[in-house]
Amino acid sequence: MLQTISLLLENKPGALLRVTGVLSSRGYNIESLTVARTVDPELSRMTIVVDIDPQLRRQVIKQINKLVNVLQAIDVTDTPSVTREMLLMRVRAPRAARAAILKEAEIFGARVVDSSVDGFAIEVTGETEKLDEFINVMRGYGEIEVTRSGVVAVSLESRKPRLSPPVPAGDEAKNNHRVNKGVLN
Amino acid sequence: MSKLMTGSEILLECLVREGVDCIFGYPGGVLLPLYDAMYEHPIRHVLVRHEENAAFAASGYAMATGRTGVCCATSGPGATNLTTGLVNAMMDSVPIVALTGQVHTKLIGSDAFQEADTFGITRAATKHNFLVKSTAELPRVIHEAFYLASTGRPGPVLVDLPKDVLQEGCHYTPVTEIHLPGYKVYSEGHTGQIRRAAQMIWEAERPMVYAGGGIVTSGASEELRRFVELIEAPAVTTLMALGALPSGHPNFISMPGMHGSYAANMGMTHTDLLIAVGTRFDDRVTGRLSAFAPHAKVIHIDIDPAEIGKNRAADLPIVGDARRVLKKLIKVLEELAPYHRERNAPARAAWWDEIRRWQAEHPLEPAVSDTEIKPQHVIAEVDRLSNGEAIVCADVGQHQMWCAQFMRFSHPRLWINSGGLGSMGFGLPAAVGAQFARPDKLVFAVVGDGGFQMSIPELSTITSNGLPIKIVVVNNGYLGMVRQWQTLFYNNRLCAVTLDNFPRAEHLGAAYGLPGRTVESPGDLRPALEEAVKEPGPYLLDVKVSPYENVYPMVPAGGAISEMIFEEPKPVEEPVE
Repeated sequence: MLQTISLLLENKPGALLRVTGVLSSRGYNIESLTVARTVDPELSRMTIVVDIDPQLRRQVIKQINKLVNVLQAIDVTDTPSVTREMLLMRVRAPRAARAAILKEAEIFGARVVDSSVDGFAIEVTGETEKLDEFINVMRGYGEIEVTRSGVVAVSLESRKPRLSPPVPAGDEAKNNHRVNKGVLN
Repeated sequence: MSKLMTGSEILLECLVREGVDCIFGYPGGVLLPLYDAMYEHPIRHVLVRHEENAAFAASGYAMATGRTGVCCATSGPGATNLTTGLVNAMMDSVPIVALTGQVHTKLIGSDAFQEADTFGITRAATKHNFLVKSTAELPRVIHEAFYLASTGRPGPVLVDLPKDVLQEGCHYTPVTEIHLPGYKVYSEGHTGQIRRAAQMIWEAERPMVYAGGGIVTSGASEELRRFVELIEAPAVTTLMALGALPSGHPNFISMPGMHGSYAANMGMTHTDLLIAVGTRFDDRVTGRLSAFAPHAKVIHIDIDPAEIGKNRAADLPIVGDARRVLKKLIKVLEELAPYHRERNAPARAAWWDEIRRWQAEHPLEPAVSDTEIKPQHVIAEVDRLSNGEAIVCADVGQHQMWCAQFMRFSHPRLWINSGGLGSMGFGLPAAVGAQFARPDKLVFAVVGDGGFQMSIPELSTITSNGLPIKIVVVNNGYLGMVRQWQTLFYNNRLCAVTLDNFPRAEHLGAAYGLPGRTVESPGDLRPALEEAVKEPGPYLLDVKVSPYENVYPMVPAGGAISEMIFEEPKPVEEPVE
């Protein structure tokens, strides 16, 4: 079953590799993945859509949350959230079909971003199902080429990530929290 | 106040601040700046004979003390050789920090000489890893590495160090604080959940404690003992937790699982409340999951939230450090004791009767013979000399299981083995690490003839450093565990398990500079072991044991743990070679 995970993670080299590693090491196939900087340039927001057995969903979220670079991973599949995807399409449009294509684009709230003798470049945003439908319709007009952005999601519930406070390092650490580690007989 | 230092000097300074006294390593081209800085440095460098053994030795050091072990290897082959040791530490939650050399930052990605993508290769082999891009970030990274390795659920952390990062000068200011906002450690345990757990425990009629390596890691042995005594429950400890409860404790009923005791497995099968602490319901413990503890509610205490519900759903999860949670749980249990202690007294007495009956039905007893040396007999004799006090480092295979069955441990951190990964070759280098960590202790390396031959070169490390390790090779001339499975489940068609031409111990010892002796008759076993222990330095004993002995009880793969076998299902013919 497709699951949508929203992640807040540190914008560091290798962070993406770690997240995808959790999924690939368990044999899950990623359907889509988007990632970009947040308002805070040191953090990235990632949205992953992945095909996972429903019983293992919580386990995967926990495994991702364990990653040091991940501040928060939440499952937004069944929680109040908005998801959107963008699609860019090149469609061949012979003179006879041009008006009809433009009409269809209008119905889907799409925008023509380039027009040439050969055809149009069209941009459309919406939920995944709407884009699937748009592709189906446009296929009827001939050869198309499609690039999809993958899903981006925003949770409608405010869930502040629980962040760990700074801890002492080196000499300071020895006198503090790490002393209970070694037990010698 | 800052000081101009090279990256290598800064690295060593940070290690000193972390309390590192010893590094197990192997030098190489890109690490030359580091080894130059180590010249006459107070941190001791132990030159092992293969990088994999550096990681195993660091693990042995860490497991014997609870302190973070450190290993180091050069770029490319050095780093790839370390990887098995890293995965091993990952599976057994052993705190080690691995330092690897890397080619110059300008050469990374150019297929330079001895270059490998260590960061990428070890991503899945470590708890976390770092590629250091500049000398300035080195102190922060080193302290973060030690913090990550040693806290929460411990594990291996790797720091990849390009040559120029080690070479360049930088103004060094000690780092006093590290900030890892996304690294979450939940150690305290939820108070409400702990209270509910106490209630469930007093209400249970047939409670059973299932304690794992987390007890050893968190230093909760004393709490575990008080806990089982307070609730008067039988307790099993997993392979990683042997010694967490003294073997002689009346509530201790041995190890559960594939080669666990009958009483432990029957107890797990019939309990109505399984209290799992610091353990992860490994498949070697549970057998067929659907038939595991079928009548039990489960209380699962673990510091790693991802372990809760991973293999077995928990009726009551508590995320926290085993020691801290047990302390609180004991307190609540004591508060509730006056109201509950007697409520299930008859049922609990009957439960103990059952446990004792199972123990009497199939006790764990080492086989002994007058005509040939039984491998179990060897372990029993090592156990007699250890008397629960020596450090025993095992390799992987039949001898490891016999050790787990027959060795007694009075304390935690005496039993050192490769549990989760089961990496052969672990025993000897782990003993090197353990002996460095505990020079005061008698250390046995009890190894099979297969695993021993994977790490023979470490005999050099042992003699070069005068480590008085007593090596006992339980030599059946076979890859015994594989041979056992071929015998039992593949019609005794023995394929690629014969280990011919084992070097004569006398000659091997002489070649490496330690006394060696071959033991072939049961009468010589005890005197030979006593002689080995009396010897002030290392000693190599090659004990020729009966070749066709199998480890029992055994739960066949995919079986329920209540379906143990105690002997060959049918008479075994002469092996088909």
